[in-house]
Amino acid sequence: MTHLTLNVNGSAQTLELEPDMPLLYALRNHLGLNGAKYGCGLGQCGACTVIVDDRPVFSCLTPCAGLDGKKVRTVESLGTAEHPGPLQQAFIDKQAAQCGYCIAGMLMRAQALLESNPHPDEETIREHMAGNLCRCGTHLRIIEAISLVAGQNGSAP
Amino acid sequence: MTGVKEVDHGRRAFLRGGALLVAFTLLPATRRAWADTEVDTLGTVVLAPDLPGSLRTNPWLDAWIRVGPEGITVYTGKVELGTGVKTALLQIAAERLEVSPTAINLLTADTALTPNEGYTAGSHSIFDSGTALFNAAAQVRELLLASAGRSWEIAPARLTTREGIIHGPTGQTMSYADAVKNVDLHLYAKAESPSVSATSFKVIGHSLQRLDIPAKVSGGAAFVQDIRLPGMLHARVIRPPRPGCTLETFDAQSIETLPGVVQVIRDGNYLAVVARDEWQAIKAMRSGYESARWTGGQAIPEAQDIHGLLETLPSRRYPISQEGTPRGTTDHSYRARVTKQYLMHGSIGPSCAVAWFKDGTLTVWTHTQGVYPLRAGIAEMVRLPPERVRCIHTEGSGCYGHNGADDAAADAALIAMQLPGTPVRVQWMREQENLWEPYSSAMVTEVQANLDAHARLQDWNYELWTTPHNERIVNAGRLLPARLLARPFVSAPSVPIAQPEGDGDRNAVPLYTLASKRINMNFVTEMPFRTSAMRSLGAHINIFAIEACLDELAASAGADPVALRLAHLTDPRARAVVEQVRDAVDWPQKSSEPGAGLGFAFARYKNIMGYCAIAVRLRVHPQTGEVQIDHVVTAVDVGQIVNPDGLRNQVEGGIVQSTSWTLYEKVAYDAGGIRSYDWSGYPILRFTQVPKKVDVHLLDQPGQPFLGAAEIVQGPMAAAIGNAVANATGRRWLNLPLTRSEQPS
Repeated sequence: MTHLTLNVNGSAQTLELEPDMPLLYALRNHLGLNGAKYGCGLGQCGACTVIVDDRPVFSCLTPCAGLDGKKVRTVESLGTAEHPGPLQQAFIDKQAAQCGYCIAGMLMRAQALLESNPHPDEETIREHMAGNLCRCGTHLRIIEAISLVAGQNGSAP
Repeated sequence: MTGVKEVDHGRRAFLRGGALLVAFTLLPATRRAWADTEVDTLGTVVLAPDLPGSLRTNPWLDAWIRVGPEGITVYTGKVELGTGVKTALLQIAAERLEVSPTAINLLTADTALTPNEGYTAGSHSIFDSGTALFNAAAQVRELLLASAGRSWEIAPARLTTREGIIHGPTGQTMSYADAVKNVDLHLYAKAESPSVSATSFKVIGHSLQRLDIPAKVSGGAAFVQDIRLPGMLHARVIRPPRPGCTLETFDAQSIETLPGVVQVIRDGNYLAVVARDEWQAIKAMRSGYESARWTGGQAIPEAQDIHGLLETLPSRRYPISQEGTPRGTTDHSYRARVTKQYLMHGSIGPSCAVAWFKDGTLTVWTHTQGVYPLRAGIAEMVRLPPERVRCIHTEGSGCYGHNGADDAAADAALIAMQLPGTPVRVQWMREQENLWEPYSSAMVTEVQANLDAHARLQDWNYELWTTPHNERIVNAGRLLPARLLARPFVSAPSVPIAQPEGDGDRNAVPLYTLASKRINMNFVTEMPFRTSAMRSLGAHINIFAIEACLDELAASAGADPVALRLAHLTDPRARAVVEQVRDAVDWPQKSSEPGAGLGFAFARYKNIMGYCAIAVRLRVHPQTGEVQIDHVVTAVDVGQIVNPDGLRNQVEGGIVQSTSWTLYEKVAYDAGGIRSYDWSGYPILRFTQVPKKVDVHLLDQPGQPFLGAAEIVQGPMAAAIGNAVANATGRRWLNLPLTRSEQPS
C-alpha cells in the first residue's frame, strides 16, 4: 500500500492504494465513480475509457502509480442525469443506448475526439470510435449523437 | 448415423401440463393468435387459460397493480435487458390506467414482490407482460370508476378520469387513492376488459424516451456491477482449464496470506477467493490459477470436425413437420448443406452478482433473465427452502440469452453462504465469461427442395443437427458452480422447446406454401460444449438456409426471387413487409459495380410473431472476400407498436448484431481447448464495419396483438447478407461465418 494522489474530475484525492492497481479500480472502488466499466481488463473493448489529460485511455490498463500530475476525467465530469452536458444530451436525444454498459466509455472516447476536432465527419467518427465495442448494435445511434454535437459546435474553422 | 432414436412428436419441452394452445387477446374477444409455450412451463403454472397474456399464470389483479396513498405501483415479472421493455410496459400501464407514465412506479422482477413470469426471453415480454398489463390496468381503472360511481350514486359510464382523478358529471372529483379504499384489488381478472379504440391511444404508439438512459450516460448506479453495500467484500472464482477436470493440488494457505484476502473457498473442484478490495481479489485469483493443478477433463474436438461430429453423435430425432405427398418433381431442384459454428453471447460486461446471507435469508442481486427459476436452482444448491432465497433483478450488460448471469449468481450465493452477514460481490473476468458462458450451438442443416415447371414450390426436405438451445435453470445442476462442488449436482436432461416456438428447429418450417414438406431435427445431447439460448435460437441458420434455397431455386427457374416469395405467401401482412422493402429498394435494380450485390430475405419469427423483410446492398472485396455493407432496408410488422423509437432501436441493433454473427463470429477451439478467451480470439464487429446506412420501415397494426420485436431481424438479416454475397460474387457461401476461409475452395 502506498499513498497516491489522483486528480479526478478537477479534484485532487490522496488514496491509499496498491501502486500496481489499475486506475479503473481506484475510480470505481475508492472514489465511488460508476462511469468507467470493467469489460475485458485488456484494453480491447473500451468500456473503461476515461480521458487522461487530453487523450482517451483504457483505465483497466493504466496503473495508478503513473498518474502523478495528470488530470483524469470520467463521464461524471460531463454532467448529471438532471443536467446533462451537450454530448450526454445528444445521447439522450438520439436514445443512443440499449443495455448501455458500453455507453460511458463511448462518451469519453467521443468527448476526446470532439475536443481535438470539433467537426469530425462520419468517417472520422467511425475510425476514432473503432477502439470501443458495443454488442447491442447501437453504433448507428452513437454516430448520430456524436455527429449531432459536431454539428452544434461553433462554425467550422 | 449412430445412436439415433426416433422420438414421439408430442415429447417436447414444456408440454408437461398438456396442450398449451391458448387464446391471446389484446382487445377483448376480437383478436386471437397462438400464445407461447416457452415461458409458461419454465417454473410457472397456467392457472387461468382463458385470460390474456401473463394473466394466465398470474390472474390476480393486485399481482400487477396496486394503488394507495403512496401512488400507483405496477409490477412485472419481466426484466430490462437493455431492450427498453421497462419503458414500453410502463406506457401500456399508463395508457390503460389513464395516468401519466410519471405517476407510476414500475417494479421489475423480484421474487419477493413481482409476479412469476418465468424468463424474459423469446421476444415475449410485450406479448406476455404487456398484454397482461394492457388488460389488468383497464380492469383496475374500471373497478376504481365503479367505486366512485357507488359513492356518488352515478353510473360509472358517466364518469371520466384524468391524471389519476375521477371526475363526475357535476364537478365531483375523487383520486384513485381514495377510490381504492372501497375496492379489493385482490380479485381474479376477467377475460374481457373495457374496450378501447387504438386511435385514442395517448401513450401507446408514441416514442416515450427510455427511463434508464439518463443514468447510463452520467455514471449513475445503473447496473448490478455498481452495487456497493456496507462492508461488501469482493470475490473472484478460479475455474478449471476445461469442464470435467479434477483438482489435484491447490495451495490455499499461501493465498490466504496475501494482502486483503479474507477467505479462500475450496469445495471439491470449486475454488474462490474473497478479499476486502477488488484488486486484491484479482491478485489472489491469479495466484490461485498459478497454484491449482488439474487433471483430466472432457475431450474437445477440432473445430473443422465439428459438423461431421454433430451428424454422428448420439441424438434423438424429432419429426417437425410432415405434410403432403412428395411428388418427386425435378424440373428445378436445389440441395445444400449449411453450417454454423459455436457463437458467444459476448456481453461487453462479464457476468456479476452480489449476494448477502443475513438472518437466515439469502438475497441475490442478479442480471438473470428469470429470477424465479434461478431462485429454485440456488435454493436447491445451497439447501435452503425457496422462501429463504430472494432473487432481485438488477440490470447487467446486455445478454441476448443465457450467458453467465445465472452461474455468477450461483457463485455469489455459494460464497455468501460461507460468510454469513457479509455482502459479497462476484465479478467474472473476461476470459471466464468467454470460456464458461453457454454458447449458441454449432449446427448443420441440409435442405433439398424443388420447383415445378410453373415455378411452384414442391417437395421441401430439411434435416437439421443441433445441440440444446434451452439449458435454462430447471434444477441446481443447470448451474455451473453446482457441478463443481464436492457433492456435485447433475444437470437435468436436455429437452428441446416445442414447436411452434421451436429450439434448434425454430423457423425450420418455411412460411411459404409448399406442396409437401419433410422437416426433421436431430437433437444431440452428448455435446462437446455446453450450449443454451441465444437470441433467435436456430432461426438464425434456418432462415439463412431457407432463404438461400429460395434464391437458388428462383435463379434455376429464371424467376425473380422476390416475386417467387410473394407467389408463395398468402398472409397479407407477410406480403406487405415484402412489398414495402421491394418498393423501397427499387428491386431488382442491380449495380454494375464489380463485386456489388443486392440480397433479399423474409421471415415471420417462429411463424407466429413479428414479420420482417430485409434487403441488403453490399460489396465483396475481390481479393480478400471482405464484405462492406452499404445499405440495409427493412420493413417490420410487430402488431400494435408500443414505442416506435424503441422498436426502431431494437431492429437497428438486430441488424448490426446479426451482421457481426454472420460475417465474423465463431468460437475458436481445438483439442487443446477454447482459444477465444478474449476479444482478439473472438472478434466482433467494430465501428468501421457497421453498415453505412440503415432504413427501417415500421408497419403499425393499430389494435392488433403485440408480437414482440427483439429477435425478428436476426435470421432475415443473415439470409439477406448471404443472398447479397451470392448476387455479388456468383458463388453461394453456405458456411457461417461468411468469410472466404470458411468456404470450400
